[in-house]
Amino acid sequence: MDLIFTMIVPFTIAGVALYGALQRVDVYDALVQGAASGLETLVRIAPALVGLMTAVYMLRASGALDLAAETLAPLMDRLGLAPELLPLMLVRPVSGSAALGVGSELISTYGPDSNLGRTAAVMLGSTETTFYTIAVYFGAVGITRTRYAVPAALCADLTGFLAASWAVKLLFP
Amino acid sequence: MTMTVIWTGMLVVSVLCGLATGQGNQVAAAALEGAAAAVELCLSIGGMLCLWTGVMEVMRRSGLSDGLSRLLGPVLRRLFPQVAREREIMDSISANVSANLLGLGNAATPLGLEAARRMARKSPGVASDALCMLVVCNTASLQLIPTTVASVRAAAGSAAPFDILPAVWLASALSVGVGILACKLCAWLWRT
Repeated sequence: MDLIFTMIVPFTIAGVALYGALQRVDVYDALVQGAASGLETLVRIAPALVGLMTAVYMLRASGALDLAAETLAPLMDRLGLAPELLPLMLVRPVSGSAALGVGSELISTYGPDSNLGRTAAVMLGSTETTFYTIAVYFGAVGITRTRYAVPAALCADLTGFLAASWAVKLLFP
Repeated sequence: MTMTVIWTGMLVVSVLCGLATGQGNQVAAAALEGAAAAVELCLSIGGMLCLWTGVMEVMRRSGLSDGLSRLLGPVLRRLFPQVAREREIMDSISANVSANLLGLGNAATPLGLEAARRMARKSPGVASDALCMLVVCNTASLQLIPTTVASVRAAAGSAAPFDILPAVWLASALSVGVGILACKLCAWLWRT
């Protein structure tokens, strides 16, 4: 079972390359051009990460995060979530690069293979930048009355957070 | 503007809180460390991120996303019964969803906006049930292989960066499922 998930990456890459080659696609050219667009993404998020990680580092050093986590610990506890995850949950729907900054801090502080590090990773992987997406879609097509879109999307986010914690507890006992 | 408020707020809170708790020195040190840590993070996840956008481009050019959107047709017609008969809207929606599944975020947004534009023409200014469903589906994460997170885990020294995949699929499926249910329920409650 473990081997399947370890091998999923080489299998996917090799499978996609083989399929593309059989379809007579210039696979290598596509790979290089795609990788260049990945570099563009990286360049685009780097400035935001610089700003946000500075703020996250300062917040953590000031003890404000501990204070907030302590205050909201009973609520998080009732939901079965570690209070350390609170900043990630707050920032996730608003900014993707901020969430990546906060999340990678958690992952490197608590270890990528710890329960908390895994939960943070699954939270990042199973939710999206909700408010940003809503703003882009409704802004682009001129919708002002959004009806139930925001609460429904936030329901999905909250479910994602809770499910991330449950899934990690279930699959990594 | 939202991010301006959040970022400024974070800085002000940390300065005030640092002074109040007597941890001003640590805050000062942290202000100098954060930026360097951000660049280090970018460098350490960069390779894997570029590799995956490359692989995804191969997927797109070899027609894998087109095949996927044909497969999705029947499911999506159930989710969007109001526009199920309109070929062009349904084609954009399936292309949008399959691009999301493959993690082609940059390709997914224009496709989704195309579908949204056509939907909005029928009810200008007000989000129709179909449009709400489309937006909620796009605010949930459908990506099958969360490559950025896996790169972060790999950079932090994880033994198996992709071992979270089943957990991510489970959490994503529950999240999308609840989003869809919430939409259907609200549509039923708000019907006029």
